[in-house]
Amino acid sequence: MMMSRYRTQRLGFALLALGALVVVVPILFVVLTVLVRGIGAINWEFLTAMPRDGMKAGGIFPAIVGTLLLTLGTALAAIPVGVGGAIYLSEYARDTWLTRAIRLAIVNLAGIPSVVYGLFGLGMFVLFLQFGTSILAGSLTLAIMTLPIIISTAEEALRAVPTEFRTVSASLGGTRWQGIRNVVLPQALPGIITGILLGLLRAAGETAPILFTVATFFLPRLPRSPFDQTMALPYHLYVISTQVPGMPVKIQYGTALVLLALVLSLNVVATMIRSYFRRRRQW
Amino acid sequence: MSNSKRIRWTEFAIETLVRALGFSTIGFVLLIFLFLLREGIPAFFEVDIGNLLGARWYPTFDLFGTLPLLLGSIVVTATAILIALPLGVATAVFVREVAPPWAREVLKPMIEVLAGIPSVVLGFFGMTLVAPFIRTTLGAPTGLVAFTGALILAYMSLPTIISVAEDALDAVPKSYRDASLAMGATKWQTIWRVVVPAAKSGILTAVMLGMGRAIGETMAVMMVTGNAARMPLTLDSLFRPIRTMTATIAAEMGEVAHGSVHYHTLFGIGIILFLLTFAINLAAASAIFQKRRKGGLR
Repeated sequence: MMMSRYRTQRLGFALLALGALVVVVPILFVVLTVLVRGIGAINWEFLTAMPRDGMKAGGIFPAIVGTLLLTLGTALAAIPVGVGGAIYLSEYARDTWLTRAIRLAIVNLAGIPSVVYGLFGLGMFVLFLQFGTSILAGSLTLAIMTLPIIISTAEEALRAVPTEFRTVSASLGGTRWQGIRNVVLPQALPGIITGILLGLLRAAGETAPILFTVATFFLPRLPRSPFDQTMALPYHLYVISTQVPGMPVKIQYGTALVLLALVLSLNVVATMIRSYFRRRRQW
Repeated sequence: MSNSKRIRWTEFAIETLVRALGFSTIGFVLLIFLFLLREGIPAFFEVDIGNLLGARWYPTFDLFGTLPLLLGSIVVTATAILIALPLGVATAVFVREVAPPWAREVLKPMIEVLAGIPSVVLGFFGMTLVAPFIRTTLGAPTGLVAFTGALILAYMSLPTIISVAEDALDAVPKSYRDASLAMGATKWQTIWRVVVPAAKSGILTAVMLGMGRAIGETMAVMMVTGNAARMPLTLDSLFRPIRTMTATIAAEMGEVAHGSVHYHTLFGIGIILFLLTFAINLAAASAIFQKRRKGGLR
């Protein structure tokens, strides 16, 4: 009797471990496959040259620059709104129905499908505000999509700062904003930066929101103003893997590798900042 | 004196500013819905209801039946959740209750990596490796079928399901476990008969959030499901090409004339998607808020 209970336990644990393995092994497989098959395409020309021969040769430089510009634009628009909103929720807002409405709005923004953001960006920024298909329209669309991630992680970081810090600042004669600016924000900064990076890496990898707002099929020059269209890495990968017949597989995997490396390195930096400061933290 | 007045004014200005930024989130949700309505509502006047609810989506012949697209999304999402639910719960339980610390240190970052992989990369991987594998295994004419999409979607919703399910397990009070173990139950019996049942509603929330993620996913699904707008009525539809609402918008919006009937109909599909995900997230969020008030996500 005793034996069979523990045999059941061993079997159960083995099944759970198997489940976890089935989750993790394909992740490793995807990352390693893209790495192994893509690494051969990576060289200086691939990273810094314009595409040639209908994108079948040359580099992906304009797509890399486009994605960096879009991410920068997203950061410029989303960080002030996101961090400001988080400061409000964590430091000022009381638990009223209006505050709950904000939280509900954040949950729903996080749940809206990326392609619906694309529709919205097309309707509002491209057509209604007449920005045209442009970096400006694409960045703003991505910024709104990124907002819920930044707000919720930044609020969490601010809330993690102990109340005593605020009390002490106030007891020294500091106003509420002085306490936030000089005490709470510096303490929460690593957490906030982690949240910002996690939001931006989502934006850098997204395709659907930029489909109709900024991305262009083929543009072998760099954008000159925020009102220009641009190529972008995720859209480029989509185009060369579905729309261009006879595309060399090596270039496809090379593009996938550059995109994956960009996004995952942001991910690693975010995780490192978080764990480094968590260890150094004295409270 | 003037100094303290200036400080008071700064305080007021800052508070007003951050309040406005906080409330802007509500504004954005409303704006998104407004613009979807503005561009999508005309479809309901230009196309008659019978056509919109029909079974045939051939925009070139003015046939705008959204039913196959809706069913396509539902079939792919439901299959994805059927795959992801046992895997996600098993992983969450393993990480929280069973795994030795070193395994946890490996598993958690791996799942974060999965959450970070762009959907277009997974779609590309699905196209080049998963679809051919499924084609040869099934002996089917193509591997770009509903099942391939469901498989990829299952992995895309796993990070959400795992992290919410973990929170739910975490919120089960230690006293439950202690009581069960003190009664002589094994660790496995405690997990299976006490902890998981106690976390049931949190796990349900995890499934709903995962579902919301899956139904809205666009690029990967568009790249691997074959995009044939046909009614998935028989069981073997799972192994035939299918087309979802998201893929339809993404594939066709680039080619339609702004202001045309087709354009308005695609926004109409956007309204359906918005309302669907809104309802799913509202339900999940209200479950979370309720539990939070009662103390703990259970």
